[in-house]
Amino acid sequence: MAKYLLLKHYRGAPAPLNNVSMDQWTPEEVTDHIQFMRDFAARLRSTGEYVDGQALQPEGAWVRYDGEGRPPVTDGPFAETKDLIAGWMIVDVESYDRAVELAGELSAAPGAGGEPIHEWLELRPFMAEAPTVTE
Amino acid sequence: MTPGMPAVDDVGLRSIVPAVIGILVRRGAGFAAAEDAVQESLLEALRGWGARPPEDPKAWLVTVAWRKFLDTVRADESRRTREQRLAAEPAPGPVAEADDTLQLYFLCAHPSLTPSSAVALTLRAVGGLTTRQIADAYLVPEATMGQRISRAKRTLADVRFDAPGDARTVARVLYLVFNEGYSGEFDLAAEAIRLARELHARTDEPEVAGLLALMLLHHARRPARTRADGSLVALAEQDRELWDTALIAEGVEILQRALARDRLDEFQAQAAIAALHADARRAEETDWVQIVEWYDELVRLTDNPVARLNRAVAVGEADGARAGLAALAELDPALPRHSAVAAYLRERNAEAAIAARLYAEAAAAAPNLAERDHLTRQAARINAQMRDAGPPRAT
Repeated sequence: MAKYLLLKHYRGAPAPLNNVSMDQWTPEEVTDHIQFMRDFAARLRSTGEYVDGQALQPEGAWVRYDGEGRPPVTDGPFAETKDLIAGWMIVDVESYDRAVELAGELSAAPGAGGEPIHEWLELRPFMAEAPTVTE
Repeated sequence: MTPGMPAVDDVGLRSIVPAVIGILVRRGAGFAAAEDAVQESLLEALRGWGARPPEDPKAWLVTVAWRKFLDTVRADESRRTREQRLAAEPAPGPVAEADDTLQLYFLCAHPSLTPSSAVALTLRAVGGLTTRQIADAYLVPEATMGQRISRAKRTLADVRFDAPGDARTVARVLYLVFNEGYSGEFDLAAEAIRLARELHARTDEPEVAGLLALMLLHHARRPARTRADGSLVALAEQDRELWDTALIAEGVEILQRALARDRLDEFQAQAAIAALHADARRAEETDWVQIVEWYDELVRLTDNPVARLNRAVAVGEADGARAGLAALAELDPALPRHSAVAAYLRERNAEAAIAARLYAEAAAAAPNLAERDHLTRQAARINAQMRDAGPPRAT
């Protein structure tokens, strides 16, 4: 098994094909989209592939150490140009192909007009634990 | 549900946990060690009792917890002096349980603890939850929650078990348990109500009565507050037939007795607002004028900006959207949920385009997914209505 991170972006990803902001959908389309996301997570739980999923608020800031006895420096809220992560799902799957398959399904979540959004999701393999047998 | 752990109806079991801790403390165990020993015996009970609990669960817990405590003491002492002065089990002696439980409430909500530590410790020592259950509810690893509880107990190391406490501090901790979002299988809102009932039975503090009334009145509306798919239903659109009338009656009665004491505080004022909502059989029958008066009290008592924000909504209902917008104009737009309130009032003031934009803004700033989805739907609804009504107009 291998763990993968599926990252959804508020900003910074290539534009999806069905690119209409959510407040311009019909209420039913919003409901259908939310239900799709719930069903997707529920299905992965039932197949034993779901690990975690979280959503992030769009605000945030950069922070760094500024030397002994000084408070950390902050830079934010994030600039408009910054790549902005909206949330993630972590799956634990048999193969890279399976992770791609799942990301593809998630990207097909319905949007405006009930059509798939074709949203670009970032797929990132986790660093694995060191194996016991090394030779 | 943990595999291998039976689904014991554990409210009965959990409700005796504070008394058992009290007994161990009276026998000479320190609070921290007593609490650990009782938690371990609780886990053993959950694992081992299954469908056949012992005839006297409390005696069983006391015996097992005391043995576990002694094992720890022996291990410690044999390392140090080989002295085993606590080895003999003393007679239980006369025990004032009610006082012990109240003392435990005070201790776990002690002002030296951070709110999250007080919440965790209260749920474990007073609520009788396992560390795992608390960790699941707050979405943190079990080891993290265990550390939080251990640190809390170290903070309390120098606090006497029988030190006088303040029921109002406890009320604030229970309010956090009730109101802070949680996940998992364990119903923390119901647990907060159980603990508030116990506390209310042990103290005549009007603030505790106000808290309990507030919890009951809000809990009564819970079946109507979300749809089967988890989406939120606004108060005005709730099916009031789903409200729990028994809980409402109980809450109102407790509140009336508290208000008669003439020691108003924010919990009683909030409960009074909830009671006025509960009193309206249809949304249109809501007594908004009285609700505004209660919000005035609440603002006077707390000077809380969130209360001012909610007051603007109530003013909008009582005196019209323009009056509500005027009340809102005095508040800082950076307040959480400010744009959601503004959107609501703008729509009622027939400013649909502005309302839709504000709802979309509010959705982007929402602190949780249920609210974000709700606000997104509101924006979508207004935008769809405007499309249906004809070509867009500049507003």
